Formats: sequence, C-alpha cells, structure tokens
Amino acid sequence: MSDHTTHHTDSHDAHHGAHHKETFISKYVFSMDHKMIAKQYLITGIIMAVVGMVLSILFRIQLGWPDESFPFLEKLLGKWAQGGRIDPSFYMSMVTIHGTIMVFFVLTAGLSGTFSNLLIPLQVGARDMASPFINMLSYWLFFLSSVIMAWSLLIESGPASGGWTIYPPLSALPKAMPGSGLGMTLWLISMALFVASALMGGINYISTVLNMRTKGMSMTKMPLTIWAFLLTAILGVLSFPVLFAGVILLIFDRGFGTSFYLSDIFIGGEALPNHGGSPVLFQHLFWFLGHPEVYIIIMPALGISSEIIATNARKPIFGYRAMIISLIGIAFLSFIVWGHHMFVTGMNPFLGSVFMFTTLIIAVPSAVKTFNYLATLWRGNIQFTPAMLFAIGLVSLFITGGLTGIFLGNASLDINLHDTYFVVAHFHIVMGSAAMFGMFAGVYHWYPRLFGKMMDTRLGYFHFWLTFIAVYCVFFPMHFMGLDGVPRRYYSFTSFDFMKEWLAVNKFISIAAILGSLAQFIFLYNFFRSIFKGKKAPQNPWNSNTLEWTAPVEHMHGNWPGEIPHVYRWPYDYSKPGHDEDFIPQNVPLSQTMSSNLPGDYGTHHGAKGAH
Amino acid sequence: MNAENTIPSNTFNGQPKKFVTWLFVLSSLMCFAGLTSAYIVRKAEGNWKIFDLPQTFYYTTALIILSSITLHISLTNTKKGQVAKQKNFLILTILLGLGFLIGQYIAWKELVANGIFFSGNPAESFLYVISGFHAFHIIAGLLLLLYALAGTSSKINQTKNIFRMEISAIFWHFIDILWIYLFVFLLINR
Ligand code: HEM
Ligand SMILES: [Cu+2]
Repeated sequence: MSDHTTHHTDSHDAHHGAHHKETFISKYVFSMDHKMIAKQYLITGIIMAVVGMVLSILFRIQLGWPDESFPFLEKLLGKWAQGGRIDPSFYMSMVTIHGTIMVFFVLTAGLSGTFSNLLIPLQVGARDMASPFINMLSYWLFFLSSVIMAWSLLIESGPASGGWTIYPPLSALPKAMPGSGLGMTLWLISMALFVASALMGGINYISTVLNMRTKGMSMTKMPLTIWAFLLTAILGVLSFPVLFAGVILLIFDRGFGTSFYLSDIFIGGEALPNHGGSPVLFQHLFWFLGHPEVYIIIMPALGISSEIIATNARKPIFGYRAMIISLIGIAFLSFIVWGHHMFVTGMNPFLGSVFMFTTLIIAVPSAVKTFNYLATLWRGNIQFTPAMLFAIGLVSLFITGGLTGIFLGNASLDINLHDTYFVVAHFHIVMGSAAMFGMFAGVYHWYPRLFGKMMDTRLGYFHFWLTFIAVYCVFFPMHFMGLDGVPRRYYSFTSFDFMKEWLAVNKFISIAAILGSLAQFIFLYNFFRSIFKGKKAPQNPWNSNTLEWTAPVEHMHGNWPGEIPHVYRWPYDYSKPGHDEDFIPQNVPLSQTMSSNLPGDYGTHHGAKGAH
Repeated sequence: MNAENTIPSNTFNGQPKKFVTWLFVLSSLMCFAGLTSAYIVRKAEGNWKIFDLPQTFYYTTALIILSSITLHISLTNTKKGQVAKQKNFLILTILLGLGFLIGQYIAWKELVANGIFFSGNPAESFLYVISGFHAFHIIAGLLLLLYALAGTSSKINQTKNIFRMEISAIFWHFIDILWIYLFVFLLINR
C-alpha cells in the first residue's frame, strides 16, 4: 500500500500542536484528536445502549407476564417493583428513558459522533477537525448529559415519564405525575446539554467537509459516507435549535408562570392560573426537530452501508449521483413533513393532505436508494463479512419499515393506526433496528481503523444471525397488534377483553427480546476482548479504496506522516476492467493505471474538476 | 511507526474556523426562527393581547446600529495595522453594546410599568422571551469582543489578531441585524 501514498505539498490544513508533549489526561481524557474522540463517543454510546436495552427487557417482562410476580425485580428496583411487579408509573418512566437514550444518546450521538469523527478527517484527507477544541467540548457535553440522564433513573421521585416526545402538559406541570417533577427537570437539563453538544459536533463536521478536503477531493469524489454525514450534520444544525426554542418555552412554563403551552387545566379539582396556551404549539416545535431527527439517525447508517456494500460486493456503487441526490432530497423533504405526526390533533384536513403529500414523496428517494443497494449487490462478488451482513440486514429492515411508513403517512389510515403498536413496529424497524444495524456494520468494518485490531469473524456471524432473527420476531408481530387497535405506551393489556388474545403474542415477543438481547453480549465480548486480544489489523483489511486505509494503523496526530495523500479518482473503482487488482484506491494517479483508464476518467467524469 | 515528529508545521489557517462561526450564526438564526414561528402560530389561535412596544426600543436599536459601524471602522483599522485606532473603536463598540443591554433592561422596566408582565398573556411572555434571548446573545457577543480586545494588548501575531476581529465582527453584525429583524417583526405582528 505504501507505494500508493503520494507526496505533495499540502496547502490547507490547520494542524498545529503536533509537537506538544502528551500526558495521560490529554491523550485519553481531554483529547482533541478526532480518532480518540470517536472512540470516546463509541464507548459511551455502547454503555448507554446497554442501559437502554436493560430497561427494555424490564418492561418487556411486565408486558409478557403481566400477572406474575418476579422477586428479583424487587431486589433490583426496590420500591419501583413492590411485590416483584413493576409499578405503573415506573413502567412509563422506563419507556420514556429507553426511548430518549436510544434515539438521542445511542443512535444520534453514538452513531454520528463515532463515525463522523473517525471518518470525516480520514476520508476527506484532513489532519483533524476544523476546531479540535470545540470537538472535545462536544464530547464532554455529551458525556455530562449522559451522566445526568442515567442519574435521573436513580432519584427518589423517578425519572421523566411523559414519553420521549415530552408533550405538555405532563412535561410542563411538575405536579402532573411523579416523573413530571425533578425527573423531568433533569431530562430537560440533560437534553439542553445534548443539543449544545450535537450543535458543536455538527458545526465541526460541516466545516471540515466543506473546507478541509485534500487536493483532488472534489465534492463528487467524496465517499457516500461523507455525503451522508454532511447532510446529517446540516439537518442537525437546522433542526436542533428549533427544539431548543421549544424547550426554552417549556422551561418558562414549568418554572416561571408563563402559559405558552398551558390553558384551563385542573389538578385535583383546582384550576391553575395558566390561560391562553396551546399544547399543539409544542408538538409543532417538537416535530419540526423530531422528523429530521429520524433522518439524522438513519442517514449516517445509510452512508455507512453504501460504503460497506460497494466494498464487499467488489463493485462500484450503483448510481453514485442518484445516491447523493436522494440523500439531498430526503434531507430537504424531512423539513416539510413533520405534520404527519399530528394528523389526529384536530389539524385542518387540507393541511393534513399537504403533509400527507410531502410525506409520501419521501418514499421516492428512499426507494431510489433501496434499488441502488440491490443493484450494487446484484451479481457482485460478495464477501460476506459480518459488516456486510449487517449492511444487507439494514437494507432488508429499511424496506420492511419503509413500507409501513406509507400506510402511516396516509392521513385517513393514520386515524386508526396512530398511537398503536403499528407505529411502534414501524419506527423500531425502520429507524431503531435499521440504524442499529448500520452502527454494527460500521463497528465491524472500521474496528481495524478504530483500534488497530481485528474483531472475531465467527462471533460476528453468530451475533448477526441471532440479532437479525430476533429483530423480526420482536417487531413484526407488533404490526398485527396495532392493526387490531392495541395502543402503545400501555402498562397492562389485561384490563380490556379485546387485548387479551394478544397476551400469548406478547409473551412470544418478550422471549424473543430477551434472547435477542442476550445475543448482544456476544458483541460486547467480541468488542472489548478484541481491543486487547484481537489480531493485529493489516493496513487495508477489506481492500478498500478510501483514504482512511492509507493512514498508518497506529494512530498518530495529524493522521498521515508527511504529506496528506492526494485524490485522483472516485472511491468506487472496484473490479475495474483492465486493472490487475480488483480495487484502485483513490490516491492512485491515473498515470499508474493506464490499462484500465476510461476516456471519461480524464474529463468531467463524476463531475471531477480537481481541487475545490 | 514513529508518529510524533513527522508532521510538517503549518501556517495558521482561519478559514475553517470562520466557517464554524457562520454555522453557529445559522443555528442561532434557526432558534429565533423557531421562536418567531411559534409566535405567529400562537397568535393565529386568537386570545392575543395587543399593546405598544416600549419607546426605549427605538433608542436601543439606534445604539446597536451605531455599534456595528464602530466595529466596522475598528476592523478596517485592524487590517491596516493601526492598532491604536483598532483598540479605541473596539472599546467604543463594547460601550455601545453595554448601552444596548442597559437600554433593553430599561425597556423591560417600561413594560412592567405599563402592566405588561412576563407571566401574562402569551403575547406578553413572547416579547420578554424573544428580547431576553437576544440579550443573551449580546452578552456572548460582548465576550467575543473582549476576547478580541485582549488580543490587541497581548503578543498574538497580526494574522490571529485579524482572525479574532473577523470572528467577532461576523457575530456582532449578525446580532445587530437579528435585533432589527426581531424589532420589525414585533412591530408588524403585534
Ligand atoms: C417511507 C418513509 C416513511 C414514511 C412515509 C413515514 C411515515 C411515518 C408516519 C406518518 C408516522 C406517524 C405515525 C403516527 O404517530 O401515527 C411515523 C412515525 C415514526 N417514524 Fe416514520 N416514516 C418513514 C420513514 C421513517 C424513517 C426512515 C424513520 C427513521 C429513520 C422513521 C421514524 C419514525 C419514528 C421514530 C416514528 C414515531 C415517532 C413517535 O411517535 O414516537 N420513519 N412515520
Ligand atoms: Cu416523521
């Protein structure tokens, strides 16, 4: 590989500070190196994922066996599970914190934080982020916010319990229910820090991609991962501040007597002074973030799988341009569909049909992406690495979950489906599981770049198949429950006759969920063991084209010794006819590959215009 | 691989960091877009109190516009290497900024005197939240200006001096224009 590394004068990097001495603190704790920050994000994300997973198992126990008592629950949860049965309000708290942790802490910060940090500088050819200091701050704010969120589980009055969407009035009135007090306050503090962290991270990613690409890396020579991270960051920078605005108003309603969201409320027969507010206003502000947020979660996963599928199918990605255009289309559209979460709030039916129209259009770019994945796989020389399996698994889940989105996007069908298990099935498959699969794919694929070691492949296969089967067993049956009208966020299904027939299904789901979560320990074992005991990683284990595989395996400040490699071609020259190897890294000049060059390679093919 | 000593030393390049400032401006703009959209949506629902904006807002608007002008003069002098003039106009800018803050406070007192309270009708609350959140940005802007001012007395080189000034100028002009937008918005949408 090293003969591919070319040397030129490097005109644009703002790296300074390569010569200072490193202490333990500056290397492992307050590190400003993007690779270390990526690892910090990943490990914090994994810990939060375990917390979220344990919560889900606890409430699945309640759902699967609503009439039985489990003494170990009382030992574990104390007063929240007296007599071995989970307390209803603590059930709501666990659902809320589970959702919040998974959506924000694992699949937003854990996913983007890890892979944008690791890959943006390495794949565009930069020494580090635009502002390493802000990058460090971003991680530590995230850390603090994780600690506060986790701590809120332990407080006397219990954590927030109004759902991850924190609709007022439950979130606005500290007296509304146990979780509305201190628990909700901690939730708000934690999320305020989280938003600040996400903004700092996102701003850095955008600036780095737009300003610090190496010579030759034009926008249309960037790997699709980078396009996905860039658009994800743009969505974050545009939508998180709106949530912040909504939350500010909520905080004033909670503590300072304003009435933005509150009106004519009675607690215990007593009228509150609040007058003139509108709870639907909060929903608008929340979902203006909330919908882009779901794409903030899925887009990095889509980018990761584009890269992994092309590499492991040993084929150029099908429709590179179309992939970029659909990502841009999805990003744009995601700002004008938020109303589909509010079809049943008494929205004007005409407005409802506008939101329905924009929502259904999103299916078009999503379908384009799906077809391109399948076309890339078609007749490829597929290498079934664990990363590849997870990437293919993502495609499967994205199709399954995308189809149900079309049902939900229909304003009249949604009258039946809203707030049922159908929605739970939809978003767990299309967002939760698909993005989680993208994250696993990314970890298996870039582990050699993160830790300089290889993960165990056989354990990876076990992990994949068990997880894949479990996900379908857990979430697929939920569609039918939802069609039957079983509501989401319910403590007990035993109080209504029509739900009783679903008890057996619930038991099945709970068992599948427990087995599926046990399978995650295979991953955890593999992950942590390989850090110390894994095989040493070769320079380019997957014979990949992108720049990160030209950097030394051993991490160093500034990523490359000497000059940053220049880029001469797009990242998907796999199995190019006429070339003896089945891959040509981006930093190999055309002059070295005369036998395989195509007429288009010299001109405006892929829109390349040399340096930006 | 010996890593620590092989990096070429580079010259300072402020471009990516300047871009960071622009992106920060964008996100802060989205925050106000959120607040003002919420204002419009809420107002459309009726039960909306109509009242006059405090007279003081006209004076504070004049102050903040003036401060942008003085900051611009300071920046042009920075680029010409006229450190003394840079410093004087920078100090003037900071004083005008402080004046703006005090003015906003006086405007709030005027509101209270007129019976407009934070916890009243959402129309009243919105006015306090929007102007208060803007004032918060002014405080941040003042900190940036002080940072630039500190640069004029320490030994940082001219490139960094200009860089700090440019960063502060981007942000300060933004919060100036932002206030004009908010003021006009509030005047139109009472
Ligand atoms: C074909 C594309 C899609 C369509 C048409 C669609 C449509 C919808 C609709 C209409 C709802 C609201 C259902 C209700 O509450 O009654 C919904 C909920 C949801 N969708 Fe999708 N969706 C699509 C793709 C996605 C993707 C890609 C993600 C995430 C990556 C996602 C994540 C979610 C989440 C998290 C919820 C539930 C929010 C909550 O109430 O807690 N959706 N979807
Ligand atoms: Cu949505």
